[in-house]
Amino acid sequence: MFEIKNLKASLADEDKQILKGMTLRIGAGEVHAIMGPNGSGKSTMSYVASGKNGYVVDEGEVLLDGANLLDMEPDERAAAGLFLAFQYPVEIPGVGNMTFLRTAVNSQRKMRGEEELNAAQFLKIVREKAKSLKIDADMLKRPVNVGFSGGEKKRNEILQMAMLEPKMCILDETDSGLDVDAMKLVAEGVNALRNGERSFLVITHYQRLLDHIKPDVVHIMADGKIIKSGGPELALEVENNGYADLLNEVA
Amino acid sequence: MGEAKFDNPTEALLARHSAPRKGSDWAEASRHAARERTLGMGAAGRRDEYWRYTNPTTLNAFEAPDVEILQLEEVPVFDGVEKLLITFVDGVYAPDQSDDLSGEGLEISMLEDALSADIHWAADVFGVFETNGQSPVNRPFAALNTALAGQGVVIRATGKVSKPVALRYCREKTTSDAVIHHVIRVESGADLSILENGAGASRLNTVMEVDVADGGSFHHLRAQGRDHARLATTAIFARLGAESHFKSFTLTVNGVLTRNEVVLDIIGDDTKASVAGACLGDGDFSHDDTIFITHDAVNCESRQVFKKVLKNGATGVFQGKILVKPDAQKTDGYQISQGLLLDDDSNFLAKPELEIYADDVACSHGSTCGAVDENSLFYLMSRGVPRAQAQNMMIIAFLDEAIQEIESEELAEDIRSRLLGWTERHKG
Ligand SMILES: Nc1ncnc2c1ncn2[C@@H]1O[C@H](COP(=O)(O)OP(=O)(O)OP(=O)(O)O)[C@@H](O)[C@H]1O
Ligand SMILES: [Mg+2]
Repeated sequence: MFEIKNLKASLADEDKQILKGMTLRIGAGEVHAIMGPNGSGKSTMSYVASGKNGYVVDEGEVLLDGANLLDMEPDERAAAGLFLAFQYPVEIPGVGNMTFLRTAVNSQRKMRGEEELNAAQFLKIVREKAKSLKIDADMLKRPVNVGFSGGEKKRNEILQMAMLEPKMCILDETDSGLDVDAMKLVAEGVNALRNGERSFLVITHYQRLLDHIKPDVVHIMADGKIIKSGGPELALEVENNGYADLLNEVA
Repeated sequence: MGEAKFDNPTEALLARHSAPRKGSDWAEASRHAARERTLGMGAAGRRDEYWRYTNPTTLNAFEAPDVEILQLEEVPVFDGVEKLLITFVDGVYAPDQSDDLSGEGLEISMLEDALSADIHWAADVFGVFETNGQSPVNRPFAALNTALAGQGVVIRATGKVSKPVALRYCREKTTSDAVIHHVIRVESGADLSILENGAGASRLNTVMEVDVADGGSFHHLRAQGRDHARLATTAIFARLGAESHFKSFTLTVNGVLTRNEVVLDIIGDDTKASVAGACLGDGDFSHDDTIFITHDAVNCESRQVFKKVLKNGATGVFQGKILVKPDAQKTDGYQISQGLLLDDDSNFLAKPELEIYADDVACSHGSTCGAVDENSLFYLMSRGVPRAQAQNMMIIAFLDEAIQEIESEELAEDIRSRLLGWTERHKG
């Protein structure tokens, strides 16, 4: 179970609070969606949860199966089962995609006291998963995200997620920049990973992704906190009417 | 012995090495001229334009330093490749640790033997290329080398040489001053690879003069020894004929002071040259690449790719020049030098220079210096890679552009594994 409790966080360089008391609770196997206007703090929440530098936590907790992620290094959070599909995946020239993936998978296994995968085992699994996401072998050989199209980067994020088999997946606008077919692929990739244990938090601006990945709960975020939660119908309301009415409700 | 008994420091330089075996007239004339040259230009000093960033004091000192011999448990560099091995111990040829001096498409002799022949092709190269390389920038250690070197190999490649010639520089004494001078000619259409490996001495001075004829190919790959307190000055002087290929790559890990100079004269059209280096230094480490490439022919390409990883107060220096003569049209010159600083105490100093007299040329140069990219580091860590390992991946990635300059994939892989080794030993 993933829980964000009254999370308040500010920028480290400026005296500016972005997250202003965010609370959220996602049960095992559930899919939640977060929608909210640009700049409301959705990506900031995902960065703070995964441990990016540059933010100061003023208050609150982020718990994964009871352990406070905020006390851990980013790699420890990953090994604990957290995964963030980045809104803007980072290009890393000189680091091969395959090397990166294998290092990541084995680092996590090592940290959890599991046996590392050898090259052959790894290759077999990665090939299979890449194929289902229509990621060709050539892309795996290239440096991490370098020269990938927007959609390829997003698919690569999902491939990483599939390889790492996390407990809690945060997808930050994984649908943006995807064509209709790629969106389906990504959604299928996500759905294939759904099970009774694994939870998802899907950040999106559009209903379309939620047509494919059916959320149990939809949250609306504004100005650093959740202002409303509801069923899938809430996403439709946003799609049709925008945020104005919802923002007025709380104001 | 101290320096006091000499009139000036340059005489002390010339006096600190024992005299080589006497050669034939042309060789002695060349040595004598080099001695005069050395005296004329004087010892390197901080006031010299190209010694501002690197302090030559220990290189000039009368006594070579006392340097603990590094005992390595790992497989030596280039061990896995088939090669013709020539070993020098403390700067002296060790025939019992070397292969027979013969190979397909190859004539090899020791420098002393070549220099004692009355007639030898090396007479056109020995000290001649070095002399040409003394202007416009003085290179006193190279002149000193010509004046005093008795050791080295003289190689003539006449065809495709089946295996690389590997020069291995071992150490047995903690204090030694080695002066080694190689003379190489790659004949038209021939293809030669030279590998160099090891610290060689507590203070090593090498010169390699290379004449690449039209259509010849020369590949040079070097791993300078890891002994921490060792000193090294090296210089390569090469003349490149038409449609020739020249590649030189140097890996430097550790070593308290290294000055590597490369002087290339491209005199024939349609030639391609690359000079590259990767260095990794932790702590008391000063590494200097000083490169001078002259384009004096049409449609030639030259590349300089230098990457330096520095931590705990290490210093990296790059001084690289591209000179394009008035008639060297269609020159394509590329130069990049980058420092990756793993902390605030380390320094990277670069002096890139372009001097272009032709109008139809494409030359680009860039120099950057910075820390490991935080966003990339976070991305790697967010996937479960621990910080130190993520940083090491970034270091290897940073160096990769230089490694890619190595022609042979097998040798490049060997070098990559050494980089990994260093990052593991110097983690965090
Ligand atoms: N490092 C930073 N420096 C300055 N401002 C920042 C920084 N990080 C976030 N912010 C600000 O914090 C606010 C929240 O940004 P965040 O990226 O979390 O929004 P978001 O909800 O993900 O928006 P979008 O829907 O556009 O992706 C914005 O006003 C943004 O400008
Ligand atoms: Mg965002």
